Amino acid sequence: MTIGISRSTGAADASEWAGKGAQIRLESVTKDFGLAHPAVDNVTLTIEPGEFMTFLGPSGSGKTTTLNLIAGFETLTSGTIRLDSQDVSTLPAHKRNLGMVFQNYALFPHMTVAGNIAYPLRERKVPKPEIERRVAEVLELVQLQGRDKHYPSQLSGGQQQRVALARAIVFHPRALLLDEPLGALDRNLRAALQLEIRRIHREVGTTLVFVTHDQEEAMNLSDRIALFHDGRIEQVGSPENLYAEPETLFTARFLGDSTVFALGNQSVSGTVVWEDERWAVDPATVAQRARGGGDTALVVRPESIGIARDRAQVPGGANAVRARVRDIEYMGAYRTLVLSVGQEGVSGRARIPAADKNYAIGDEVVAWWHPDAQRIVAA
Amino acid sequence: MTTLLNPADTAATETPARPVRWWRRRRASADPTPVWLTIVGVFVALYLVLPTLIVIPMSFSEASTFVFPPRGHSLWLYRNFFTNDRWLDSLRNSVIVAASAAAIATVVGTAAALGLHQLRGRRSARFLQSALMFPILTPSIVIATAVYISFLRWHLVGTFTGYVLAHAALATPFVLATVTSALGTFNPTYLRAAASLGASPWRSFLTVTLPLISRGVATGAVLAFVTSFDEVVIALFIRSPKFQTLPVQMYNSVTVEIDPTIAASSSLIVVTVSFIFLVALLSSARRNRSGSTRPRRSVVRRTR
Repeated sequence: MTIGISRSTGAADASEWAGKGAQIRLESVTKDFGLAHPAVDNVTLTIEPGEFMTFLGPSGSGKTTTLNLIAGFETLTSGTIRLDSQDVSTLPAHKRNLGMVFQNYALFPHMTVAGNIAYPLRERKVPKPEIERRVAEVLELVQLQGRDKHYPSQLSGGQQQRVALARAIVFHPRALLLDEPLGALDRNLRAALQLEIRRIHREVGTTLVFVTHDQEEAMNLSDRIALFHDGRIEQVGSPENLYAEPETLFTARFLGDSTVFALGNQSVSGTVVWEDERWAVDPATVAQRARGGGDTALVVRPESIGIARDRAQVPGGANAVRARVRDIEYMGAYRTLVLSVGQEGVSGRARIPAADKNYAIGDEVVAWWHPDAQRIVAA
Repeated sequence: MTTLLNPADTAATETPARPVRWWRRRRASADPTPVWLTIVGVFVALYLVLPTLIVIPMSFSEASTFVFPPRGHSLWLYRNFFTNDRWLDSLRNSVIVAASAAAIATVVGTAAALGLHQLRGRRSARFLQSALMFPILTPSIVIATAVYISFLRWHLVGTFTGYVLAHAALATPFVLATVTSALGTFNPTYLRAAASLGASPWRSFLTVTLPLISRGVATGAVLAFVTSFDEVVIALFIRSPKFQTLPVQMYNSVTVEIDPTIAASSSLIVVTVSFIFLVALLSSARRNRSGSTRPRRSVVRRTR
């Protein structure tokens, strides 16, 4: 009998792994540590089988606590967590069958790479030849063949995180939970491991919940992003949806750059007034949550803003405002003009071609954009 | 002499060689320890060790009383020790009592350290920690009196159980201290990792926690053994003609019998205890060199 690696990564593995992802349902999940605000406040969310879901948010927003509640490391104050139809709210962590990857890897230092990866299989009393076969298979999946006899301390950070990933998927968990897994790695390694995680997710096909505070990482990886703010979910949607159609100022600011004009509580139908400018409003660009009254803000992405020398050069139908160039950042592929906008001097950003050297710091210019490129959000 | 000049040589010839005095030379090197400190250190070490080592030449003396310097050399004190039932019985009693007390103290001390580690940061934990350290701080004579009074009532005076219980209580704080310090470098995320991988709390203790704190547990066990082995104050209070430990027999041999065999037994104890500690020290040094313990991140960043 040969125990060696007879299968290749890709299609063969997918057939073994695919369809193993569970649906995760959070119903009014609340965790209160007894501080001023609940750490997680009435969160309801359904993560679909096989989905790559990212919990994004600043530190203290409740994303890691929510992940720990799913993993079973914290007990719920109220609410229900279901894996498929099973209520796991009070099930201890070691019976939930969820794979977890930690920011600081948490590899057992007294076990070899193979020992670490075999650990969940040994705890499940998988027969020895089967353990050997699966360890070899998963080492190939994370591209660490031949490292099985090394100790974690002999590996680089990136390699250690691959081992942690292998250990978390080798027992075919119902879902894979990753808590800022790339947080301790340098920039280049992060990019490489992001690709790796996406590939593994594709090949394994499991449900994956990924926690990060890095919006770029979230945009690169996710099927959907749940943006956390003060223990609540601010907005859930695809990366495109969150970037192009933010509902609130918090979402608009957290994902990508934008120039923000506070509108107060004026009516946002037809036109809006900001300082001494009057701007046209495209009804399609008004967020759902900005329609019910209350304070709103108008936001424009840097790539949507055009720059003109004077009002005569602004295309017809565009909204415009005067601005002063405060700084110019050369980004290689383009230049960013850092603007001081209006009388108030609101900070703004506009993207211009890298070859455009017509502007200097201190220039008085006109910033303009088309009404369908702006977004009016709840402030 | 014709040699190729490398830059270092030219530099040396350009700066006029200043005579470097020997006591300055050391200070200029990478080792910043001044010579006078080394000398003081050697004297302190001798001061600490010599009184203990004096018993070794004494144990080879021919004289039938204590004389220093020892007269002649012979092994008759050792023959005495190994042929006299009183000495051998008390040695055997001491070993069995110390092993039993160490076993109890190791289990209890480790459990206490783990429990306190879970509660760390809370005021109750600090209070409990101090309370458990009490036997180290309390004068032994006070403990001995208390033990004697309670053991009289419980009929434990002069019994094997009595010795083991009293010594285990005395030795537990040492285990608590060494295991607590071992847990200081233990990353609690390992327990979450083990749980996520399907290990029950008991299994994760056996497969993860215990191997990683094993050195602290072993050190604690050795300290507990030694604590019991050379405990004399409580042992004097609760001794009986039927059951004596080695330190009590030694005390008797000096105060009652004026028997120089104590020199041989002392030497045996010194050599045995040193050997145990040396083995522990060397094995831990070897483990450090192998590099299987990596420097852990002291701060585990957590967001909620």
